[in-house]
Amino acid sequence: MFKRWLLASTTAAVLAILPIAAQAQTNGGDIVVTYKDDITTLDPAIGYDWVNWSMIKSLFSRLMDYEPGTANLVPSLAESFTVSPDGLTYEFKLRKGVKFSNGREVVASDVKYSIERAINPKTQGPGAGFFGAVNGFADLTGGTSETLSGIETPDDGTVIFKLSRPDATFLHVLAINFASVVPKEAVCGDAAAGDFGKKPVGSGTLILKDWTIGQKLSFERNPDYYIKGVPYIDSVTVEVGQEPLVALLRLQKGEVDIAGDGIPPAKFLEIKNSPEGAQMIVDGEQLHTGYVTLNTKVKPFDDVKVRQAVNMAINKERITRILNGRATPANQPLPPLMPGYDKAFTGYGYDVDKAKALLAEAGYADGFETVLFSTNTDPQPRIAQAIQQDLAAVGIKAEVRALAQGNVIAAGGTEGEAPMIWSGGMAWIADFPDPSNFYGPILGCGGAVQGGWNWSWYCNEALDKRAIEADSMSDPAKVAERQAAWGKIFTDIMADAPWVPVINERRVVAKSARMGGPDNIYIDPTRVINYDAIFVK
Amino acid sequence: MLGVLTKRLLQSALILLGVAAITFVLLYALPADPARMIAGRSATAQTVANIRHELGLDQPLLTQFLHYLRGLLQGDLGRSYAQKTQVVTLIIARLPATLVLMAAGIFVEVAIGLTLGITAALNRGGLTDRLVMASAFVGVSAPQFVVALLLLYLFAATLGWFPMSGYGSFAHVVLPAMTLGILGAGWYARMARSAMIDVLNQDYIRTARAKGLSARRIVLRHALPNAILPIIAMIGIDIGQFMGGVVVVEAVYGWPGIGQLAWQAIQQVDIPIIMGVTLTSIIGNLVADIIAPMIDPRIRSH
Repeated sequence: MFKRWLLASTTAAVLAILPIAAQAQTNGGDIVVTYKDDITTLDPAIGYDWVNWSMIKSLFSRLMDYEPGTANLVPSLAESFTVSPDGLTYEFKLRKGVKFSNGREVVASDVKYSIERAINPKTQGPGAGFFGAVNGFADLTGGTSETLSGIETPDDGTVIFKLSRPDATFLHVLAINFASVVPKEAVCGDAAAGDFGKKPVGSGTLILKDWTIGQKLSFERNPDYYIKGVPYIDSVTVEVGQEPLVALLRLQKGEVDIAGDGIPPAKFLEIKNSPEGAQMIVDGEQLHTGYVTLNTKVKPFDDVKVRQAVNMAINKERITRILNGRATPANQPLPPLMPGYDKAFTGYGYDVDKAKALLAEAGYADGFETVLFSTNTDPQPRIAQAIQQDLAAVGIKAEVRALAQGNVIAAGGTEGEAPMIWSGGMAWIADFPDPSNFYGPILGCGGAVQGGWNWSWYCNEALDKRAIEADSMSDPAKVAERQAAWGKIFTDIMADAPWVPVINERRVVAKSARMGGPDNIYIDPTRVINYDAIFVK
Repeated sequence: MLGVLTKRLLQSALILLGVAAITFVLLYALPADPARMIAGRSATAQTVANIRHELGLDQPLLTQFLHYLRGLLQGDLGRSYAQKTQVVTLIIARLPATLVLMAAGIFVEVAIGLTLGITAALNRGGLTDRLVMASAFVGVSAPQFVVALLLLYLFAATLGWFPMSGYGSFAHVVLPAMTLGILGAGWYARMARSAMIDVLNQDYIRTARAKGLSARRIVLRHALPNAILPIIAMIGIDIGQFMGGVVVVEAVYGWPGIGQLAWQAIQQVDIPIIMGVTLTSIIGNLVADIIAPMIDPRIRSH
């Protein structure tokens, strides 16, 4: 009855890492990584910023994971799995002999406990909603149950998930940090003292040895990791509180191996044009789109012609220059790296005359006044000003309101409050590499609510229906069809123009010359820095 | 004496309560919602509501404040929203670094300020006086961020005399303390100069001169001890103003103090940490307020 899809064994997992082995890795090496902000938490049910994301990835294991540097799913803690034809039952066989760093073997009940913990309201985890398709989700999140009826563990080596609706993204969901497997005794035990996030125990490639608050974290390789020889490095010291400029100077002196915050915009060109710059800069694409939301519930953006005119009025090339070329112009919500991205789609070109004509048609030949919100950290206000100038050229007088991030988010989620928002500094970076992740909360009807993230307040029920249909195609054989369906949803949205997709920003990481491996393990699409794959030459 | 101290402590407790109330109301009046900051973009409305409930943010403001005060009386500042760690733990872990930095900074500014100020006073009207006062003016006006980066670039990155950032050894504290000290020294130089000139005009100095004492002995034994008293009192007042500079200097030199903690918490709307750091620096000020009159009897009598 069950259809075997992908059978992976240890060898397949090892093979998965081989493509990057072209440049032979050497084992050993102690590296130093710096960040400006202190690490908030290493609790996988709570951590949700791009700094702790990569560390949590390597501290813990999940049923599913990705090939380093790619968006290709592979089994990890799971040795194999099967999906039922109706897409409602997933059965996983666990890899045998995998141990937590406290020495105990990982069993099926750990998987069940970890996911229930991520959903339980008492954990205060941000990722609960990802598991919404599992049976019993409403009872657990609503507080009427402490367990999740949709996870069964018939024996120590088997986990069965029962879903209430088909969810084509479910394997991705099992690969995100919130699905990391944790040992209950370490979470509730005396050693953690109610603060598992500072004393994490997992079964990943790294083990946290020491954490001096505000100064540094010391990670060591897990000698018992289930893939022999992984990770390649012996230890990682993460030094926090480091001003990016200082981190860069230290990197040039050889005291630092990876400057996690990248290169400050003011220094970028200087470093890029320096002799050693080429070796230092890792400049990679990420799953990111920067956009301007046009609030469809605020006049005059309730008129589609006005929204289209604004789409034509913004000079995106100029904005990429503000970022020293670290971005490319965007024409649709999905970033180019995302499956479903439509290469043939051209969107609205930059055309001032046509924009003016459209505004005149809509009855705004003399323009209008409006407000553009933006966050207040460089370079976002400068980008907002560039947009302001572009709008002025077609007669729209926009007042730029640059506020702290929390205040912009609050304005966006309040009906009728923010006519336009430049998303820079808080733009959507995908949680997992699937197009659906760009829809629901930011463009679907579900997000167009008080406190939501759909700041265009755009709600198109026909598209919502198509989205649900696409996400029901959980048959792996229909992957291409499903991705095409999603791609079409995003290009069709552009007819209504609730957004101005502005740029796809690349991430920049600075690394020392001795660090080896391709760029895409330093800017891994699902992790940022992939500690499992990087090595010292 | 004991009565005065009790009165002072009582006043301090009232001030602390007032500041706590005002900060609390201001923080919660912000439009930014801590629950949504924690929940992030993918969270459903249900998740945000659950987080808000678990943090107690769905209760009336007064209930929340009373709950906070109850914790405060037991020395409990609550848990950080983003880190889930006890705020007391976070502050205690970082307080020593800030205290070391402040002590070193104050030492540097007083040492530089006194030396310059007294030199200027002894050469009143001369070229040295004018040079010292001009440089004091530059020192007071220079932005801390710029001075910090200049020192860092020159003495750490280029000359390599000191480490660029970090904490732990004497070499680490030199540049951050110099940054704080150079900026504060200007004030102390001006103050030392005028205090010294004041004292040098006093009758007992003339008497000392008439007795035929050496100039060196007059300055060191008779003038300095009297001129220095108001300066010591100023150090107490200075601690509060120092906090602002500490935030900047800690950021540039990667100094693991409470300034960095506060800065990060403000960006994350982590209200328990912001409250905790605010109350800690208020307590620091109050302690300085109580100690200052013990040093300079003239403040006590007023």
